[in-house]
Amino acid sequence: MPSEPIKQVAGTGVYVPGDDIDTDRIIPARFMKCITFDGLGEYLFYDVRKTEQGEDKPHNLNDPRFQGASIIISGSNFGCGSSREHAPQSIMRAGFKAVIAGSFAEIFYGNSTNLGVVCVTATDADRKVLADAVEMNPQLEITIDVNDHKIWFGDQYITCDMRPGARSSLLKGTYDPLDELLEGAEQVNETAAKLPYMSA
Amino acid sequence: MAQSLFEKVWNAHAVRQLGNGQTQLLIGTHLIHEVTSPQAFGMLRDRGLAVKYPERTFATVDHIVPTNEMTEPYSDALAQGMIEELRKNCADNKIKFFDTNTGQQGIVHIVGPEQGITQPGTTIACGDSHTSTHGAFGAIAFGIGTSQVRDVLATQTIALNRLKVRRINVNGKLRPGVYSKDVILHIIRLLGTKGGTGFAYEYGGSTFDNMTMEERMTVCNMSIEGGARAGYVNPDATTFEYLKGRPYSPQGAAWDEAVERWKSMASDPDCEYDDVVEINAAEIEPTVTWGITPGQGVGINENIPAADEGETQSERDSIAEALEHMQFAGGSPVKGKKIDVAFLGSCTNGRLSDLKEVAQYIQGRKVADGVQAIVVPGSQVVSQIAVELGLDKIYKDAGFEWRGAGCSMCLAMNPDKLIGDQLCASSSNRNFKGRQGSPTGRTMLMSPLMVAAAAITGEVCDAREVFGVGAAVTV
Ligand code: SF4
Repeated sequence: MPSEPIKQVAGTGVYVPGDDIDTDRIIPARFMKCITFDGLGEYLFYDVRKTEQGEDKPHNLNDPRFQGASIIISGSNFGCGSSREHAPQSIMRAGFKAVIAGSFAEIFYGNSTNLGVVCVTATDADRKVLADAVEMNPQLEITIDVNDHKIWFGDQYITCDMRPGARSSLLKGTYDPLDELLEGAEQVNETAAKLPYMSA
Repeated sequence: MAQSLFEKVWNAHAVRQLGNGQTQLLIGTHLIHEVTSPQAFGMLRDRGLAVKYPERTFATVDHIVPTNEMTEPYSDALAQGMIEELRKNCADNKIKFFDTNTGQQGIVHIVGPEQGITQPGTTIACGDSHTSTHGAFGAIAFGIGTSQVRDVLATQTIALNRLKVRRINVNGKLRPGVYSKDVILHIIRLLGTKGGTGFAYEYGGSTFDNMTMEERMTVCNMSIEGGARAGYVNPDATTFEYLKGRPYSPQGAAWDEAVERWKSMASDPDCEYDDVVEINAAEIEPTVTWGITPGQGVGINENIPAADEGETQSERDSIAEALEHMQFAGGSPVKGKKIDVAFLGSCTNGRLSDLKEVAQYIQGRKVADGVQAIVVPGSQVVSQIAVELGLDKIYKDAGFEWRGAGCSMCLAMNPDKLIGDQLCASSSNRNFKGRQGSPTGRTMLMSPLMVAAAAITGEVCDAREVFGVGAAVTV
């Protein structure tokens, strides 16, 4: 079951400021008491968006100008903390297709890529140019070109980076690795047979 | 050629290279819990796939169990649903489940080692970022997401990029009242919360040689807080001593063979590392976090930084954001912050040695008025031994609540939560905004003894002064 290749992601953006946006912030643990991922989109950035009384806080994520955005622009070390896949699941289910950050935490990056959520890095200066442009014109169409390492907006672009494995699997539509892993079953058995603790 | 433990384990478990350049890596031991596994079993069912190595998968329940309510059904129907789902998934797939009635249930990273499931030279995966804990035994242990839990269940492998290895040498004797928790908080303060991205941390040097297994686990546990997906200590006599005779440890002749094999997996003395960091143990102070990332820590006698002390704009922004959330003035001493809650527990510091160490100091003392102090053993085994030693009584006499085993107030998935903007002195591993259950709740991470000192005085203080540990050092 190979997935659709992802060569480009296009849409409008929303700026979520801050470094070290951890996965507890992306999806607070109290919303993880579930046995399916359905419905997680609703709780994305819940405590960032809502007061304890459940009212909207002033935040770009609540600003009608940025409704319908499908690309998150944020700071460094995005997705640090817990390994919960609930984080990229809630991002995806809230309608986001990509995150542009200064850097990503490792587990989050892998989890997102497996789901086909595109994660790219760009420099602080470039992300500021992009965030300012989005602030000026919330309807600005942003296009992330996975193949070309470029993010286009209006008539300008910034360069972006992604991990080599992620890039190739997005382009080939093999970002969900399960099929390929299953194909290796025989070699898995051979490797296991060589390990005394696995064959015992 | 000389190799590090990481390289040896990686090479022994590498199945093949995948089309995107990643490695298909065999996972020797798979640990699962109720939060990140149900969707994985669901995906397996959707695809009609079976669990490939059920005997290499072990389950426990930890995040959602109420620690003050021992009988089911739990008052929280969602929690009840999750434990039942896990029970069913394990039964259907013939997976060993350390259920709440076995006397062996507990936090997954405590259960694995104490059952002898965690062994040197192996690969371990679990849908939980603190899987790095198991590296204390010289295993390469990764936290994974739920889709990867599915991958391990179906294929016993995951797709992974090879990590680089940073050797962190800590040499010398820790001063009295300084613990392994301070060592890791100090390392993260030095190298940052993203310093470890792309690396496995290999911890070594005389300080680690002299640590017990439980102390090593505390350090490896928080590797992920420094951005390193895995962290490990080379196996040695201390490791083998700990594992000997545990329920899942090899027995008889197999034990001797295993020890020989484990020894051979340790890093060769002249192997090369991608990076090396040197730390002098004598410089490490009892360390406390003042902010909202585990890297925002200071020594107990230092002041909290002011926003303008950040070197870059983003650092200044981060400090300002943390100060605002914590309601602390930049430049004020970290000492003297009034606490509301003291939490002793979690996979970082909920082991028997943690409970024993603190108990010897709190005997005859009382928790300060207005402070809620809870002590949560990391597993039923820890709890049972602690009770046999009479530790529960010492804690209760001092005014602590003695709870059942689980994650408790480390995260907000069970009834133990901060309320409003309560300030908590916590022996856990994360101080993120909202981590302990209230969006405005505030967490300060520290060693168990520092938590106890805060509980007794009602404020963040130097445990060495409060308990007269060694000669208290004033700087
Ligand atoms: S104790 Fe805390 S960090 Fe450890 S597994 Fe439980 S929730 Fe995670």
